[in-house]
Amino acid sequence: MFTQIMAPVDLAHAERLGRALGVTADLARHYGAPVCYVAVGAATPGKLAHTPQEFQQKLDAFAAEQAAKHGHSATAKALITPDPAVDMDDSLLKAVEQVGADLVVMASHVPGVADYLLPSHGGRMASHSGASVLIVRPD
Amino acid sequence: MADDTNQGIPEPDGPADLIDTDYEIGQDNVEGQIGPFGFDIHNPVFLISGVAIVAFVFYALALPEQAGEFFGWLRPALTSTFDWFFLISANIFVLFCLFLIVSPWGAVRLGGKDAVPDYTYVGWFAMLFAAGMGIGLMFFGVLEPVYHMAISEPLGVPSPIAEDGTIIAANVEAAKRMGLAATIYHWGLHPWAIYAIVALALALFTFNKGLPLTIRSAFYPIFGDRVWGWTGHIIDTLAVFATLFGLATSLGFGAQQANAGLEHVFGIPNSITVQVILISVITGVALISVLRGLDGGVKVLSEINMGIAALLLLFVLLAGPTMTILSDFVAGLGTYAADIVPLSNPFGREDTGYMQGWTAFYWAWWISWSPFVGMFIARVSRGRTVREFVICVLIIPSLVCVLWMAVFGGTAIDQVLSDPAGSAVKAEVIDSYNPPLSLFAMLEGLPLASITSVIGIVLVIVFFVTSSDSGSLVIDTITAGGKVDAPVPQRVFWCTFEGAVAIVLLIGGGLGALQAMVISTGLPFTLVLLLMCWAIFKGLTSEHR
Repeated sequence: MFTQIMAPVDLAHAERLGRALGVTADLARHYGAPVCYVAVGAATPGKLAHTPQEFQQKLDAFAAEQAAKHGHSATAKALITPDPAVDMDDSLLKAVEQVGADLVVMASHVPGVADYLLPSHGGRMASHSGASVLIVRPD
Repeated sequence: MADDTNQGIPEPDGPADLIDTDYEIGQDNVEGQIGPFGFDIHNPVFLISGVAIVAFVFYALALPEQAGEFFGWLRPALTSTFDWFFLISANIFVLFCLFLIVSPWGAVRLGGKDAVPDYTYVGWFAMLFAAGMGIGLMFFGVLEPVYHMAISEPLGVPSPIAEDGTIIAANVEAAKRMGLAATIYHWGLHPWAIYAIVALALALFTFNKGLPLTIRSAFYPIFGDRVWGWTGHIIDTLAVFATLFGLATSLGFGAQQANAGLEHVFGIPNSITVQVILISVITGVALISVLRGLDGGVKVLSEINMGIAALLLLFVLLAGPTMTILSDFVAGLGTYAADIVPLSNPFGREDTGYMQGWTAFYWAWWISWSPFVGMFIARVSRGRTVREFVICVLIIPSLVCVLWMAVFGGTAIDQVLSDPAGSAVKAEVIDSYNPPLSLFAMLEGLPLASITSVIGIVLVIVFFVTSSDSGSLVIDTITAGGKVDAPVPQRVFWCTFEGAVAIVLLIGGGLGALQAMVISTGLPFTLVLLLMCWAIFKGLTSEHR
C-alpha cells in the first residue's frame, strides 16, 4: 500500500521520538517500504552540528542505527534552511516531493492554546501534503 | 574538539578548519515553557539585556532632565574629544577591506570551499541594504547635500548663498561638488567598511570555524575560551543593548518624522496618538514579517522596498534636471575621489563643525549599529567568497548611495540655486532646519508631488519595518546563544518589546537621551571593531583558499 515512508525527526530531542520511531519501523516492515529520515537544520552552527555536512553525517548515523535496530531499509536527508524555526513546514512539504514519499509518520506534541497562534508542524503537513500523514502523540 | 559525552561534534569531511573548543552551542541555554509558549534562551545574556533595557527606560522616564543632560553632554563630548579616533579607525576599516579584496585570502569561501550561496544577488543585496541604510537615505538624501553645500563648508569650501539669500555665482560649482562629495563620504566606503568588518568577522567564525552566530564568537582568537564566560556575556549584552535601543529610538523618531510628513502632505495632526498608531502599525507589520521568517518575510519586504525605492529614484532622475544630475553624479564622485584623503584626515582641520558634528557623529552612529547590521549581513552571506563579499558589501552599496545622493541631493541643490526665493528645500533645510520635511520639499518641486510624497511616506514606513524585523531576528539569535532555531515566540517577544520601548519613550520622553546613549556606545564598539580586524586576519590565515 505504501512504497516510501518519510519520517521527520528532531535529533535535538530524540528522546521524545521513541513512540513515533517504533510506529515508523512497524509500518516500514509491514509494507516493506524504505524509510527516509529527514531533519531540518540551519546553515549556522547549532547544538547538533557545526556545519551542514556534519548535520547530514549525524542524520546518516541516526538512520543507520534505526535500520540496524528495526531491520528496515533507511536513508537520511538533511534539509538545510537559513531560518529553520519558521521554514520547517515548507522544507518538510518540499521534502515529501523530493523523497517521493506516500506516507509521512511524525511525532507531535499534545495540542494546546498556542496551536491557535502557531499551528503545529504535523497539522500543516496533514493539511498541505499530498502524502498520507500519520501523527503520533508522545507516550 | 568536544568529547564524546557532550553530543560529540566530529570533524566534517572535506576541507574545514573548525576551531577546537569544548564549548557546545546552547550549553548555557535554559529551555522551558511559559504557559503555552516554549523558550530557549541564553543564560545570562537574555536576562541581563532585558533587565538593563527596562532599567534604562525607567531611568530616562524617572529622571528625564538628568538623563537628557547627561547623555546630551556625553554624545557630543565623545565625538569632539575622540573625533581623531573615530576618523582614523574608519580609515583603517576601509584600508583593511580594500586589502582583503586584493589579498590571496579573498578566495576564501564563507561556509567552506564547497558552500553555495543561500540567496541570489538581488535578494542578498536588498536585505543588506534595507537593514542597514535605507531609512537614512530617505531622510538625509536631500538634507545633507544641501546642508553641506550651503552651511557646513567642508574643507573650507565657501557657501554659494550669501546671508541675504543671494547666490554668489563664483562659489556655485565648487560648493555643489563639495556638497555631494561631503555627503558621499558619510554614505560611501567608510560606513560600508564598518558593516563589512563586523559581518565578515561573524560570518567567518560562524560558517568556517563552527562557532555560534553571536558577537562574542569573533573574539575567540583574542580571548580563547574566556569568550564563553563573562567577557562574552558583556560583549553580547552590549550588542543587544545597542541594537534594541538603536532600533527603538529610531522607531520613535521615525514615527515623529513620518507624522510630520503626513501632516505636511495630508494635514493629519501631528500628535502622540498618531505616532503611537504609526509605531504600532510598523511593529505589527514587522511581527508578520518575523513570523514569516527570513525568506518569506524579511527578504520579500526588502525586495519590495528596493523595487519601490528604485522607481522613486528613476522618477526623480527623469522628472528632475536629468543631465545636471548625471553630471553631478560624475562630478561628485570625482570630488569624493580627489578629496577623500583630506576629508578623512582628522588633524589640522578648521571645519570642525563638519568633522565633529557630522563625520565623527556618523562614524559613531554607524559603529553603534554595526553589531546589528553586521550580524544580519553575516547570516545571509554564507556561500560567498571573501572577495565577492567585500566587493558587494563595500563597493556596490557605496555606488548606489552615490547615485541616490546625486539624484535626490543634486535635484534639491538645483532647486535651491535656480530659484532661491521659491525653493521649498531652501525654506526647510537652510532657512529653518526641518529634516523630516526635506524630502517632501524636494518632491514638491517636481510633477506629481502628491503621488510621489505618498510613495515617500510608504517607503519611510517600510524601511522601518525592514530594520525592525531584521533587528528582532538579530537580538533573538544573540539572546538564544547563537541558535537560529529558538522557538518563534521569542522573536515575537523582541519585536513587540522594541515597539513597546519606543512607545513608552515617545509618551514619557527620553528618546533623545537614549539615542545619544546608543551613539555613545560607538566608542567602545570602535575598539571592538579594531580587534575584529585582527581576529579576521588570524582567522583567514588558517583557511583553505
